Amino acid sequence: MSTAPIHAANPEELREVRFDAAMESQIAELLTHYPIPRAALLPVLWLCQKRYGWIAPGVMEAVAARLGLSPAYVQGVVTFYTMFHTTPPARFVLQVCTTLSCAVCGAGELLAHLRKRLGIGPGERTPDGTFQIVGVQCLGACGSAPVVQVNDDYYENLDPAKLDALLDELAAAKE
Amino acid sequence: MEPTLLKARGLEGSRTLASYLSRGGYEGLRRALALGPQEVTKSVIDSELRGRGGAGFPTGRKWTFVPKDHPGPRYLVCNADESEPGTFKDREIIEHDPHLVIEGIAIASFAIGAHTAYIYIRGEFVRWANLLEQALGEARREKILGADVLGSGYSLDIWVHRGAGAYICGEETSLLESLEGKRGFPRLKPPFPAVVGAFGKPTVVNNVETLACLPSILTRGPAWFASIGRPRNTGPKLFSVSGHVVRPGVYELPLGVTFREIIFEHCGGIRAGRKLKAFFPGGSSAPVLTAAEVDTKADFDACAEAGTMLGSGGVIVLDETVDMVEAAANLAHFYAHESCGQCTPCREGSDWLVDILHRILAGHGRAEDPDTILRICRFASQGMTICPLGDAFSLPISSIVSKFRDEFERRIAAATPAPPRKHPVLPWAGPRPGFGR
Repeated sequence: MSTAPIHAANPEELREVRFDAAMESQIAELLTHYPIPRAALLPVLWLCQKRYGWIAPGVMEAVAARLGLSPAYVQGVVTFYTMFHTTPPARFVLQVCTTLSCAVCGAGELLAHLRKRLGIGPGERTPDGTFQIVGVQCLGACGSAPVVQVNDDYYENLDPAKLDALLDELAAAKE
Repeated sequence: MEPTLLKARGLEGSRTLASYLSRGGYEGLRRALALGPQEVTKSVIDSELRGRGGAGFPTGRKWTFVPKDHPGPRYLVCNADESEPGTFKDREIIEHDPHLVIEGIAIASFAIGAHTAYIYIRGEFVRWANLLEQALGEARREKILGADVLGSGYSLDIWVHRGAGAYICGEETSLLESLEGKRGFPRLKPPFPAVVGAFGKPTVVNNVETLACLPSILTRGPAWFASIGRPRNTGPKLFSVSGHVVRPGVYELPLGVTFREIIFEHCGGIRAGRKLKAFFPGGSSAPVLTAAEVDTKADFDACAEAGTMLGSGGVIVLDETVDMVEAAANLAHFYAHESCGQCTPCREGSDWLVDILHRILAGHGRAEDPDTILRICRFASQGMTICPLGDAFSLPISSIVSKFRDEFERRIAAATPAPPRKHPVLPWAGPRPGFGR
């Protein structure tokens, strides 16, 4: 298994967003799941994040228009949740769990190792835009601590050596 | 005990419909459809099944709160948010046996008369959301779901709805807000979701593990289920054990085993020959128990008698090397991050706990700090907030201060005064040491 990189669209491209036919048909399908259009907001935002890599203001406006909501409302929802990127993410977002079970099983060593190897800590990204580190709360995989989620994938039972192998693999497959 | 919820674990291709059918899958749903909604509800009441999500409310009774004469649609929601620290059991069921969850949802939906059900799964669980989608696709193709469930004339659609990273959305009213496309702010109760739930309609929210118990209650009978454990605390239970044990993981055991058995027999004891110091019996929101309390029985009532709760069955085990002040700070940080911000006692209280605990860790503790922490915990719990998140940090953190007060006092005795601050009313702005950062 190899994690696919995120291709974040250029902010310029997302200044004004028009959904293409494929997106429109997926949105139309999602709307059939719910009695009201607003309920499709999270699924549509996920669709957009998958397509554009992040939720730019232009994306929020397009989603709002499509679902009959105000852009301010959509922004309120987007920023309530932690998983929507409101700035372009790096190709690989390393989400290091820091809650109790991971913390007592070596999450701190992983973060220290990442700082040594990549020169960055939580909230920072490498200058080449390959890696970004986020310290996150419990990922629900405490039995295989410590855990790092890279983009959509879980990597469990990690130690510095396994983390090194993972970073090598990701850096090599970055394009 | 022969596993019921995890019997697919280790079987080749266990996620497929073919494998599920070969193990007698969807027989419980078939039986439910033949019995009718009232008989199904009666079976679940007789089984004495209690909700596995954390609150331990009797499942069958919850279903009876749905108004019988309500004309409009009603909904069943499967709570797969699994965000309580120390809990990773629902993921295990979905990983090995997604059809077990789907069958449970279908049985519950039929019992309450719902024709649409949602699985609310935490946003991080992309892989497990996909596994559910695949299994739902198979079930739709084979006419197990859709307009005519197993040829009975009953119709049911099940949709997967992904969250987007918010602990609070595991709380049922916040989950419903999130399902409706809003921020996850908990609702004031009453009205309870069974009366006014998703989209203003009667809604039952049940946990993944609760629903996964239903097929076997239908096929093997409520008496079989009730024969496991003791009255009011019946059935198999998944325990997610993490932290300093030799073999962490998910264990299916009868309710009422002791924590000693879980930690020392099933999980092989404490790593590296060290000693047990403390453990959270039911996720991080349950008051902590000390090594001296390890003979407590792991069921709802025994945990309540011991002043804690079984919660989700997430057992977090800490060995003698753990500094309990750091553990308290780590948890406070979690809850401060996850507080939705709606209620002042929870929003402010959790932040102040982070500040005080980090100031103690930074070597500037004050003699009055332990009592201040206890006071904040009282202020943020006992019905002072809309949802139980205030209690969820107040109970464990006050229990850590009460049971390990000497560790706080030792640090405070060695403390130096904090450097003067320009604005004394502002929170602690100095370094925040501690693990994970």
